[in-house]
Amino acid sequence: MIWIENLWKNFGNKEVLTGLELYIPRGETLVIMGRSGCGKSVLLKMITGLMKPDQGQIWIDGENITALTRKALNRTRQKLGMLFQSAALFDSMTVEENVGFMVAQHMKLSKREIDDIVAEKLHLVHLDGTQHLRPAELSGGMRKRVGLARAIACNPEVILYDEPTTGLDPITALEINRLIRDLHQKLQVTSVVVTHDMDSAFSVGTRMAMIHQGQVIAHGTPEEIWKIDNPVLQQFITNENHHQN
Amino acid sequence: MNDQSPLQRQTLYDSRNFLIRFIDFAGSRTLNGISGLGSATMLVWETWSLAFRRPFQFKLLVHQLFLIGVNSISVVLISGLFTGMVLATQGYYQLIQLSAEGTLGKFVTVSVVKELGPMVTAFVLAGRIGASITAELGTMKVTEQIDALEVMATNPVKYLVVPRFLACAIMLPILTLFAIVFGIAGGYLAAIILFDMNGLFFLKLAQANLFINSIITSLIKASAFGMAIASIGCYKGFTISSAGGAEGVGKSTTGSAVTSLVTILALDAFLNQILHAI
Repeated sequence: MIWIENLWKNFGNKEVLTGLELYIPRGETLVIMGRSGCGKSVLLKMITGLMKPDQGQIWIDGENITALTRKALNRTRQKLGMLFQSAALFDSMTVEENVGFMVAQHMKLSKREIDDIVAEKLHLVHLDGTQHLRPAELSGGMRKRVGLARAIACNPEVILYDEPTTGLDPITALEINRLIRDLHQKLQVTSVVVTHDMDSAFSVGTRMAMIHQGQVIAHGTPEEIWKIDNPVLQQFITNENHHQN
Repeated sequence: MNDQSPLQRQTLYDSRNFLIRFIDFAGSRTLNGISGLGSATMLVWETWSLAFRRPFQFKLLVHQLFLIGVNSISVVLISGLFTGMVLATQGYYQLIQLSAEGTLGKFVTVSVVKELGPMVTAFVLAGRIGASITAELGTMKVTEQIDALEVMATNPVKYLVVPRFLACAIMLPILTLFAIVFGIAGGYLAAIILFDMNGLFFLKLAQANLFINSIITSLIKASAFGMAIASIGCYKGFTISSAGGAEGVGKSTTGSAVTSLVTILALDAFLNQILHAI
């Protein structure tokens, strides 16, 4: 589904990605782990086409998105949904307008049909009846769930999550993790989750990859990840778990 | 060189160091300026190319017309009225020295129509609308809302810049017309109340010097000022660093207002030459 090939990215003298290679099979939930500043969010921005790599290619569903025109890239983007770290809800719009935004922009549907889609997606994230609220009236967890409803509004094939549990209390973080698993099962989508929250990573991931010094140093199922004999990886997952315990 | 004392050598070293730092500073500022001008020109070009391409965002355009036009009209009217009054007061004291105070109606009308009407309107909107566009788009940028638009396959220039650009280009001339009418009215009130002048005579002179060409020229200038205000406001908002936070938004908002004011003055000088030649 997503194939990342020899990806390089520098910011000035700082090398963030140095020939990163990664394959994400269809229907999997891949968790990308790594220390702050290791390039996880940069990688997500490149998958969505928000940032161009200095070198390398990203293939989504057989299309090299690094070489697409803006129009073609926008067609590919309609297969993607993204939950931003801050939810990135449009604060001038209501929940209903936020969730229905992409549907209204790209599908020729009546107002009633859009309303039905919005209600269905809000039901999936357990936020029925919140259509007329504004983002300022929502709690952090609710904002993330509205962001998630917006991300799935156009039935994407891939959902990208940027730090989905950051800034949430443990109970709400558990709810979000459960929601990510539920959506994966119900919608049968490919998911990419960027996080350094190990509870969340082991809770939602069917595959995991660890980025260190601009490259993937470990890749496998959660069971395999525990067994990989790499000191950086082991220190990261055990320390993170230790902190959270 | 060997004849120099340690103090002289230190002074020479400091001056060279200062010169190098100055050249470095001036060079980087110049390069940043050129790069910024290039990016701003690209944004204006993209705005123009998207403005007349489907799908048209009529709803957003109407919303912006309302925000820019209806919400600014009271400020423009008051500014226009007082500008006319000040102009008549200052003009009267200058003209009386030449025994030409009778031509006050002409003086006020020509000044307001040709220069002060569009300038005052543009200044008011640069402070009110330009800064608010920067603050709004800047906040959207730092809270990843603009990234969200892009990921949702919506061009942010088409969705955010084009409606603001067109609304400013349309509304500035309309507001300028109001500013002109209220400017002349302000001059008229000052003339009859403060200087006890013949109101009918003032109005006749005003009417005699109200030329359609001057009004059209003034409205063209106003439209260009509107485009400049919207372009600068949007550019400053779009180029805030995501890491800049609230401080970055504040700085860019101030920068937007200042750049707009300077650009309006420069554009006025430039357009006066062009339009005069035409």
